[in-house]
Amino acid sequence: MTVEIGETIEVREGVDRETVETVQNMGSYKYGWDTDIEMEYAPKGINEDIVRLISEKNEEPEWMTEWRLQAFRRWQTMTEPKWAMLNYPEIDYQDQYYYARPKSMQVKPKSLDEVDPKLLATYEKLGIPLKEQMILAGIEGAEGAPAEGRKVAVDAVFDSVSVGTTFKDELAKAGVIFCSISEAIREHPELVRKYLGSVVPQTDNFFATLNSAVFSDGSFVYVPPGVHCPMELSTYFRMNAENTGQFERTLIIADKGSYVSYLEGCTAPKRDVAQLHAAVVEIVVLEDAEVKYSTVQNWFPGDEEGRGGIYNFVTKRADCREARAKVMWTQVETGSAITWKYPSCILRGDESQGEFYSIAIANNYQQADTGTKMIHLGKNTRSRIVSKGISAGQAQNTYRGMVTMHPRAKNSRNYTQCDSLLIGDKCGAHTVPYIEVKNTSSRVEHEATTSKVDDDQLFYCRSRGMDEEEAVALVVNGFCREVLQALPMEFAMEAQSLVAISLEGSVG
Amino acid sequence: MADTAVLVAQVPTVEGKVRPGQAALAAHLDALDLPRGGFSRAARQDAAQRLEAMGLPGARDEYWRYTDPAPFNAARPEPLEFAADDATLFTAIDRLHLVFVDGRFDAAASDPLTAEGVEIESLAAADAGDDHWASGLYGRLEAAGQVPVKRPFAALNTLAAADGLLIRVTGQVARPVHITYRRSALDADVHLHHVVKLEEGAELTLLESGVLGARSNVVIEADLARGARLHHLSAKRAKDPKLGLGHIFARVGAEALFKSFTLSVNGAMMRNEAVIDIAGDDAVAHIAAAVLGDGNIGRFHHDDTVFVIHGAERCESRQVFKKVLKNGAEGIFQGKILVKPGAQKTDGYQISQGLLLDEGSQFLAKPELEIYADDVKCSHGSTTGALDETALFYLRSRGVPRERAIVLLVLSFLADALDEIEDTRLREDILGRLEDWLTERAGNPGKA
Repeated sequence: MTVEIGETIEVREGVDRETVETVQNMGSYKYGWDTDIEMEYAPKGINEDIVRLISEKNEEPEWMTEWRLQAFRRWQTMTEPKWAMLNYPEIDYQDQYYYARPKSMQVKPKSLDEVDPKLLATYEKLGIPLKEQMILAGIEGAEGAPAEGRKVAVDAVFDSVSVGTTFKDELAKAGVIFCSISEAIREHPELVRKYLGSVVPQTDNFFATLNSAVFSDGSFVYVPPGVHCPMELSTYFRMNAENTGQFERTLIIADKGSYVSYLEGCTAPKRDVAQLHAAVVEIVVLEDAEVKYSTVQNWFPGDEEGRGGIYNFVTKRADCREARAKVMWTQVETGSAITWKYPSCILRGDESQGEFYSIAIANNYQQADTGTKMIHLGKNTRSRIVSKGISAGQAQNTYRGMVTMHPRAKNSRNYTQCDSLLIGDKCGAHTVPYIEVKNTSSRVEHEATTSKVDDDQLFYCRSRGMDEEEAVALVVNGFCREVLQALPMEFAMEAQSLVAISLEGSVG
Repeated sequence: MADTAVLVAQVPTVEGKVRPGQAALAAHLDALDLPRGGFSRAARQDAAQRLEAMGLPGARDEYWRYTDPAPFNAARPEPLEFAADDATLFTAIDRLHLVFVDGRFDAAASDPLTAEGVEIESLAAADAGDDHWASGLYGRLEAAGQVPVKRPFAALNTLAAADGLLIRVTGQVARPVHITYRRSALDADVHLHHVVKLEEGAELTLLESGVLGARSNVVIEADLARGARLHHLSAKRAKDPKLGLGHIFARVGAEALFKSFTLSVNGAMMRNEAVIDIAGDDAVAHIAAAVLGDGNIGRFHHDDTVFVIHGAERCESRQVFKKVLKNGAEGIFQGKILVKPGAQKTDGYQISQGLLLDEGSQFLAKPELEIYADDVKCSHGSTTGALDETALFYLRSRGVPRERAIVLLVLSFLADALDEIEDTRLREDILGRLEDWLTERAGNPGKA
């Protein structure tokens, strides 16, 4: 951290500079700045012409346009679900832009000189290393340069378009396809046609159907049989434009015996007006394959008064389609004013496994209704759910989950643990599990607890010289440890500091 | 009873369209002989309005997702041939015995309605007058219990109940009050509404047993003043596929104690709803159930839907629900601990367990926590599984026959729920009966 300390701040004796800097840096959403960049918008609102326009901008084939239109027609007959414990003003779906892209992205840049420096600066500021950043901006040839340390291939999505995907060549050597979904629709139509909508159908739910109609970009991953993906894949979503909804669609296919670890990060500028985000993630896991999907969701949560923030309505689902497939969802939900998100596993193949690890933090006026579904269909399937919810300020945090053991899912197991932590007396923590057991050889265990930060633990930390906020952060980190440990290393560090930042100002 | 139309207004329509459930409601009300009501008249009118607004439940109602309301919605129950019901429960205990036949109080078969520290009247007799202590409670706790989840059948009961007991306890009642239900008609569709009021420091044990009719709907409204203690114990066994709805609406005052235990054995479709409003500081409320279901006797479906609402400080609540299911039996548990803002130092616990004795049986649970106060300790657990083969093997290796071993393991599975019965004599009585029934069903008449 190299923050200049202003003249007005008096560094008192006994207080070191670092402390002052830390304090100065604390308190607010780090990614709340915006990029002043010339954008190209589709007209406001949604109708069949807009759906066609998005399809056209992505240079999609006819079948894709038709697929979107089917979804749109269906969406018009649907009503917004209201069962979640969320309270937000009516969303005017006609008062949104459904497509926005930087003007400079109309033609894909071929060299560093051609990339809009503002876009480069945006990714630099978001903390993506320069080397990667060059690749991120879609510079051809940069892949040849040696990358430092551990390699992570990135697909960067800026509002409605993918800015670029790194390490494509190296991944291609292993046979892995990693590109934006718009590119995949053009380049690999047979794969997209086969799998798109096969896990989350167009008709699935109100938000997923809307996404099916208007999704503009997102990531596509195909790992061929027997391939252990040589590096971690990641998508970085940035919402920048005002009044613009982001609708990305991710499709991951892990063919027989393959492995891939996928990371997702998201940020957005501070705005007074709430913004809509409705994403769909579909994962297909075939025989013996394994997918790890980790998310650090850090959309703008709204300010201390509850103004602005992202309304995050996400449908994520993995289909363990064949025997011994395995999927692991890990999520750290710290951002968004409204979170409506239930990453699920369909355990169709015998002996398939699903895991869900979640930390959901809601502070100020944030509301989170999140959890998972484990649908056991195959024999000897296993699932594990560990959910940690933390509420502070005026926030409401709900775990909503479902575990179903179908009659055919003999000898299956589920273990669920959901713990809630309350910080302050104005927030709420809720647990709404659905447990459905329809055969006798399966075993389901569910445990949930709700408590506040333990006074004894706080007192112990304070007596060791920590201030109250530090002490709370430490206790909370301990509370979340099981989930933090499930994250890939890069994310674990970020998540740990996010947990502390998100709770700022909630103590005392 | 010609002016029932006063109570039930026109079937309401929204912009000319009949809302779902409204047509069924109209048919259902037509089939009933609605009492006019004396002191309860205003409450019945209010209930009619509530019911009109709610309609009967549909399959899309969140709290009816696991139980099909259709048999309860039907205008009339299917007539039901029945064998003689067990009438031996609690008979060995010195009690005040009160009998209802087909939902009507049978004074001739009952003990005289006099006991020290308690006033008891039948609703049918008391409701002839306009003024009664129960007018502040009848249908009122039920109305309060309609938020946040609607309970149309409870409102229907307030509207339609022709009889019940009005019990006011002013002191310590030495003998338990035992209500026995009997049936004579094959198609009895019974609505019973009991009001129990415990004054400050009063104590009562209320026992229920027997089968009400082909279809029954019972509401108990219990109001506990400061320091009052109510022990409620219900044990019902039906050998035929009857339909039953039970509701308890309890308001628990400061330092009061409310305990309710229900034993249900067989029957067809049963749903018990409880709304326990812990309104005073330092109060305690426990609600427990042990359920045995055999799908071979008739389609067995048993649903417990429980709301415990903490609205005061330093209170304790427990929910203990155990269900043993076989031959395609279905057990449902929907329980909630709701802690209101300011209800600090709440200690809430909930456990729901299903024991599936064979393939084809189901246990579906939705154990919820909704918490708006931070200094609380609330937790819940829910497990479902088969009998522990290791335990079974151990018992058999000690020479216990398989059938007997299963009975022992089932009893030990139910023990946590049975432990909620404080009175040891009553607990022993229930436990003994339970063991008999289990042994009988296990096809091994010779008890060890």
